[in-house]
Amino acid sequence: MTVADPSLDRVKPNSNWLSSNGFAVQFVGAIVAASILSFVFSGLRIWPTELVVPVKEWISDFFRWLDKEATLGLFTVKDATRTVSWMLKQPLIWSEYLLWKGAKPFQFLPVFWLLAAAFSAFFVYRVRGARTATYVAFGILALVAIDGLPHILLSLSKAVRADPWLEASAFIGFSEWPGYLLDALTPGSKIKALPWVAVVAGFAIFAHWVGGWRLATLVALCMSYLALTGLWRESMKTFSLVVVAVPFSAILGLFLGVWVTRSKRAARVLTPMFDLMQATPHLAYLVPVVVMFGAGQVPALIATVIFAMPPMARCTILALQTVPADVIESGHMSGCTSRQMLWKVQLPASQKTLLMGLNQVIMQTLAMVVIASLVGAQGLGHKLLFSLQQLKLGYATMQGIAIVLMAVVLDRITQAYANRSTDYEHRDRSTALQQHIHLIIFGVVLFVLIVAAYFSRDVSVLSKKLLLIDNKDALELDKSIKQITFFLIDYVQPIRDWVTVYVLIPIRNFYQAMPWAVVLTGYAMAGYKLGGWRLSALLSGLFFFIVVLPGNWQFATTTFYYVSSALGVCLIIGLPLGVWSARSPTAAKIILAICDTLQTFPSFIYLLPAIMLFKVGELAIIFAIVPYAMVPAIRYTYLGLKLVPEVTSEAARMSGATAWQRLFKVELPIAVPEIMLGVNQTIMMALAMTAITALIGGSDLGQEIYRALPTSDAGRGVMAGLGIATLGIIVDRLINAWADGRKRDLGLI
Amino acid sequence: MIGKTLKFAAILALGVTLNGPTAWAAAPESDDPIIIVQNNWTSQLVLSTVVGKVLEGMGYTVEFAPSDSQLQFKAIADGDMHFQVEAWEGSMKTAFEKAVAEDGMVDAGAHKAVTREEWWVPQYVADKCPGLPDWKALDKCAEIFATAETKPKGRFVGPPADWGKNYSERVGALKMNFEAINVGQAATLWAELDAAVAKEQPIVLFNWTPNFIEAKTPGMFIDFPDPAKVPECKEDPNLCGAPRSGWLKKAAWSGLAEKYPEAWKVMQNIDFDNSQIAAASLLVDVDGMTTEEAADKWIADNTAVIESWKK
Repeated sequence: MTVADPSLDRVKPNSNWLSSNGFAVQFVGAIVAASILSFVFSGLRIWPTELVVPVKEWISDFFRWLDKEATLGLFTVKDATRTVSWMLKQPLIWSEYLLWKGAKPFQFLPVFWLLAAAFSAFFVYRVRGARTATYVAFGILALVAIDGLPHILLSLSKAVRADPWLEASAFIGFSEWPGYLLDALTPGSKIKALPWVAVVAGFAIFAHWVGGWRLATLVALCMSYLALTGLWRESMKTFSLVVVAVPFSAILGLFLGVWVTRSKRAARVLTPMFDLMQATPHLAYLVPVVVMFGAGQVPALIATVIFAMPPMARCTILALQTVPADVIESGHMSGCTSRQMLWKVQLPASQKTLLMGLNQVIMQTLAMVVIASLVGAQGLGHKLLFSLQQLKLGYATMQGIAIVLMAVVLDRITQAYANRSTDYEHRDRSTALQQHIHLIIFGVVLFVLIVAAYFSRDVSVLSKKLLLIDNKDALELDKSIKQITFFLIDYVQPIRDWVTVYVLIPIRNFYQAMPWAVVLTGYAMAGYKLGGWRLSALLSGLFFFIVVLPGNWQFATTTFYYVSSALGVCLIIGLPLGVWSARSPTAAKIILAICDTLQTFPSFIYLLPAIMLFKVGELAIIFAIVPYAMVPAIRYTYLGLKLVPEVTSEAARMSGATAWQRLFKVELPIAVPEIMLGVNQTIMMALAMTAITALIGGSDLGQEIYRALPTSDAGRGVMAGLGIATLGIIVDRLINAWADGRKRDLGLI
Repeated sequence: MIGKTLKFAAILALGVTLNGPTAWAAAPESDDPIIIVQNNWTSQLVLSTVVGKVLEGMGYTVEFAPSDSQLQFKAIADGDMHFQVEAWEGSMKTAFEKAVAEDGMVDAGAHKAVTREEWWVPQYVADKCPGLPDWKALDKCAEIFATAETKPKGRFVGPPADWGKNYSERVGALKMNFEAINVGQAATLWAELDAAVAKEQPIVLFNWTPNFIEAKTPGMFIDFPDPAKVPECKEDPNLCGAPRSGWLKKAAWSGLAEKYPEAWKVMQNIDFDNSQIAAASLLVDVDGMTTEEAADKWIADNTAVIESWKK
């Protein structure tokens, strides 16, 4: 461990070897003592089963109780969760109608009433002026809303599975009449979902607005792929979830973020919660969500919102804290109330950071929507999961590419939007038509295509014979992938076996034999050295109570094994790449672009090449973790080297250091704190990925979560998820404490 | 003023939208979709698509929801999903019966098919390991099944982890010299089997009947202590094998009979035998069709069977 690095103390003058290495000696001594002790008492190696505290059972019982018995006085907890589901379902219904389902004419009745209100308001406005027009519009909407209230309540009472509180006798029921009429006029007809051409065009026009022709072309091509491969419907199923989940997560994150900056107490509670929520792997959320909300689209949505919200909250906090003081001052001077200050000054001033938060939310949402197919979310993720499970790698590749392209489109569009420069001067000079040209074009295109969709089926969804790539091609691809792997297997198999037998299995055996007491001692000592007894107690306490006591130590050793092997590979590849890109701007451009792309892939995707090449096994697991986790190792190395002050490198050059000397003796030592933060991120991402690799086997904590899913055993899943989070948080705290100290020693902060 | 008016308008508009689709959707009774569960093995995928297509042919709206083989029963009991066409005794008995007893799921009847899920070896293994299909004989020659990762123990290629099998526990309880390796997906089982058969290497893996394997590769199930005969099995099920002739049932939501009476009649009548199920998975796993194509083919091949459901 770098923690015991004696160079830590080098800055202190006048110390002899023993005292400057005093900590290292103590550390090694304690580890040896703990090892010896644990060979004497086997309970220190593996926590004895009879002493395992049944936390898992308690948690499962708690969730069972919540599900079956818990009440909040007037209604049960289950009623409450069902109500939340019902509320989330309403926008989902609309996004599904629009994007892939289509609906009967009468189901669009609310749109009819909204239009009716708008038109009558316009008419009255012409005759009687704005005030009356507003009253008329409100009047119509209010009447319809009141008239439909019993329906809302009935639908809700069905959702909570209570006996209907109200029979659906609307006061008059007049708001339904146009619906009956429409239904009678258009028997059996159906309003189609948005035609694919229109959606593609919409994306392209928006892309043009935010990022010009290049982005528009990219977006149009990516989106067309979805249609031309016959995956359009599935993609839109996924997209309809994203469309609803993103605003929810963004708004929730924004408010929590604002709250944290406003209230110290909220900050104390919420900040560690965000840490925990992000360190816990996706899969672990699914278990309690399924217990509370059931399976299907809505629970998938809820899990997605929970997972995607923290980055937004974090970005909001960061954004509000970095608003320049003079901006705030000018707000005060113009007499802002605190609410005006927030909405009119602080948030607009930090728009860029907030939009980066939104970008994060979208990417996380897409990743989670794919995972959520395990609990019944439909769409691309579902198809990909099935293809993976049937080892139809041709199909899986096709669907995987679709998910990646979707991610790329959403990512590039939001990034372009965030970086868009607002040209106020130009805007003032342009006419209304010029300002709204994109919207107008989209309106026209939409109208034309919707009409066209009634004459040609291909406009709404491409028919099979027009597909560019269809099932037959996928089958061919499948065959060729099989042939290639069959051909490669003769070469890969010996390597795989060699690595497994001589590298992986020894590492695995080492970790599996490792006594928990030794690890605990290590954490405690390192924590004490780096952050005093409080950190030490916190880390060892977390480790003992969350990993060891509930009996998860054996699974955790395997997690250690995967993560540390993957980390090794990540560093061997990532560090040189980082150094190289810091040296050569051309290399930097290419490597960082690849990093960007790797980060947009939903984690699921990395399983594909892994099982293609190495079949199911431990090597495949590690191989799947590496590309996902390597990105921060490269990025932070690059960043760390770039941050080395120019004068320092200059001084080194002046004193005649060769390029290598400069790198190893001057720049790297200064960059080490930053690099360690990269290592930290790599470990966190590797931990998150171990949960995903559970889908292709393994026997670690991730697998525990995956196994808990089918049995709805909330406790088992939650404790395993928290176990992974704990391991992550411990590493995070240690490395951060170390890097802070080191930076202080180097005079960087 | 304008800000407030806008807010008010937004709230009203929201109100109108909320009482939209759900409220009126109830008008023609069958318009809500019937949600059919899909799991992750081939025959289930094909046959659930078949059922979906038959119901669609009757005018119902059908949706397919992916689910896990254990979780589904709670979802069905709660009405989040509506119908499951294949519930296997060997792997789903506990969850199935619990959902029927506690959560009010409906047992929609058993198929003709007789099922078994157990450790399985290809025929040629019998020559290399005398005494099969007894499990003790298998245990004696564990070493021939060893691989680089499991040495010196034998490798048992187990089913995906979410299928509710506890083979590691069984290996522990019976003190067998094996290590159970779970594959991520059923297809890996067949890939491993194919690779082993090509070189006649010994392999012991998880298999079930009815399945397409029996038509392709001869072999036998390993006989573990029979839970029907050995009394200890009740106390510790890990000491015993799976039932040797298990049932295959259908599971349904309790509200189906009331909400979709015609569809419910069909669902009760659905009845597959072993060959029909094996045929369904053969179309995909051997002939390489997609689930959709296989379902269409199966329907075309079995028109008489489908007609008999509707009576």
